[in-house]
Amino acid sequence: MRLSLGKWLLPVYAGLALVFLLVPIVYTFVFSFNDSVKSNIVWVGFTLDNWTGVCSAQGVCAAFATSILVGVVATIIATVLGTLMAIALVRFRFRGRSAISLLLFLPMATPEVVLGAGLAAQFLSAGVAKGLGTIIIAHALFCVSFVVVTVKARVASLDPALEEAGRDLYGSATQVFLRITLPLLLPGITAAALLSFALSFDDFIITRFNNGGVETFPVFVYTAAARGVPAEANVIASAVFIFALVLVIVSQVTAAARRKRLAGLS
Amino acid sequence: MAFAAFGTSTAATEQAPRRRSPVAIILLLPGLAYLALFFLAPLVSLVITSLQAPVEFGDVGQYQAAFQIENYAKVIQDYWPHFLRAFGYAIAATFFALIISYPLAYFIGVRARPWPLLQAVMLTLVIAPFFISFLLRTLAWKQLLSDDSAIATLLKSLSILPPDGHITGTAFSVIFGLTYNFIPFMTLPIYTTLERLDTRYLEAGSDLYASPATTFWRVTLPLSMPGIVSGTLLTFIPASGDFINASASFLGSAQTQMVGNVIEAQFLNLLNYPLASALSVILMGLILLIVGVYVRRSGTEDLL
Repeated sequence: MRLSLGKWLLPVYAGLALVFLLVPIVYTFVFSFNDSVKSNIVWVGFTLDNWTGVCSAQGVCAAFATSILVGVVATIIATVLGTLMAIALVRFRFRGRSAISLLLFLPMATPEVVLGAGLAAQFLSAGVAKGLGTIIIAHALFCVSFVVVTVKARVASLDPALEEAGRDLYGSATQVFLRITLPLLLPGITAAALLSFALSFDDFIITRFNNGGVETFPVFVYTAAARGVPAEANVIASAVFIFALVLVIVSQVTAAARRKRLAGLS
Repeated sequence: MAFAAFGTSTAATEQAPRRRSPVAIILLLPGLAYLALFFLAPLVSLVITSLQAPVEFGDVGQYQAAFQIENYAKVIQDYWPHFLRAFGYAIAATFFALIISYPLAYFIGVRARPWPLLQAVMLTLVIAPFFISFLLRTLAWKQLLSDDSAIATLLKSLSILPPDGHITGTAFSVIFGLTYNFIPFMTLPIYTTLERLDTRYLEAGSDLYASPATTFWRVTLPLSMPGIVSGTLLTFIPASGDFINASASFLGSAQTQMVGNVIEAQFLNLLNYPLASALSVILMGLILLIVGVYVRRSGTEDLL
């Protein structure tokens, strides 16, 4: 269909592009088994010690725990705020809708360094000490817009007839929301929450401006980069990678199974 | 699942709103308050800070309210090469990411349609880099491209790289890193538009004796424009503000510093808040300008 330069050209190109994407991931994984002493640059030999004693590298596990904590709290804040806004934007008519949409688009169009510096300037002028709280505030901020976009699509695809049926059957507004609307929105909300967590967990630029002395995992890696990152950091990154991959595969398999079941019903 | 955020679907979202109700305000208020407090107010703070003047006989990092508009003139005078580099690198990285991503997205979205499992596997591999630390990925390239790496040795033996040449620490490696890091952001939106592409249009093209190349330029490419626009924005905006790839402990050197590096150093190490803020304001202004012109020219305003 595309240039008829042979059917094989496109698949080979696509395959090479994927290999290119995977090279640093494989590298990180392989070097998590490196028997290195301080800086994990030259391959010394195979060992499992980094995996069995992940926390032996100073600060790496604490940084990881901080990242999880920040990710969870920021995700909860962003998901709640974003979901409410998404419902309002799709379901209600009011003045200033386009202004609000623009306000939600802008944080996504702002480079992280500007968001980070802006918040830091704000905290500075308000005299707020930077720390865990400011990291969470910053993370929830850049996640909100992504939550709204993700949940909005789900709200829009929801069949209003289902809620009307609930009201026809004398369900109160609260009942209809809790028993019909929320469960139907749940896949979208879950996707938004996972996206938020992933964004928060890997954020470095905004965090760098607002962390005070608190070390998240990316801050740990950045600080260590100048003198050599310990192999234990590779272990944590690899473990997170495997966990996320399994999560994606499981969700895709269950989605496929659900589609099959629904197809069988009709 | 998480692809929705990269999608360009406006068809489903712009369903006609039905009711006018005070409930809407209650639902919107917390989120709007949050954005006002932690997005709009910080932008205002940034502008105010950018005009501040140092406190006379004060310590490092002490500034007072002022209206020093000359901060901007000074910043442009001193740091225009960093702006040039930031936008130059970002444009180059966006271009290369597009060159790599489009065929990949086309293969997954159009060619691989008969094999849903292959599509799913390839898409998972496209987003796989998201699951591993951005910084570690970039550090991995630093090692893979270092002076005594296999790649550098090979390039030297082929005389592509001079014997005393480096790959890391150059503009090339910074663009390389930016390209690599933003490929998924380019591939996913292009994939979402190509995935919906009706292949009967392509058949119609060839039925009308258009060559495959003509069909591609006149049918496929215009139809995938929304994806290309979102993808280029999702790559260009973060790339132009990035300071990780260009940092000397990653893929850059003192000669590759971008605006982001200056903002980071001035704000966090040298505590020169007005200078860092002025740079941020200019960066944001230029990006909004470039994005506005670009979106208008590509005829996809409805994306915003």
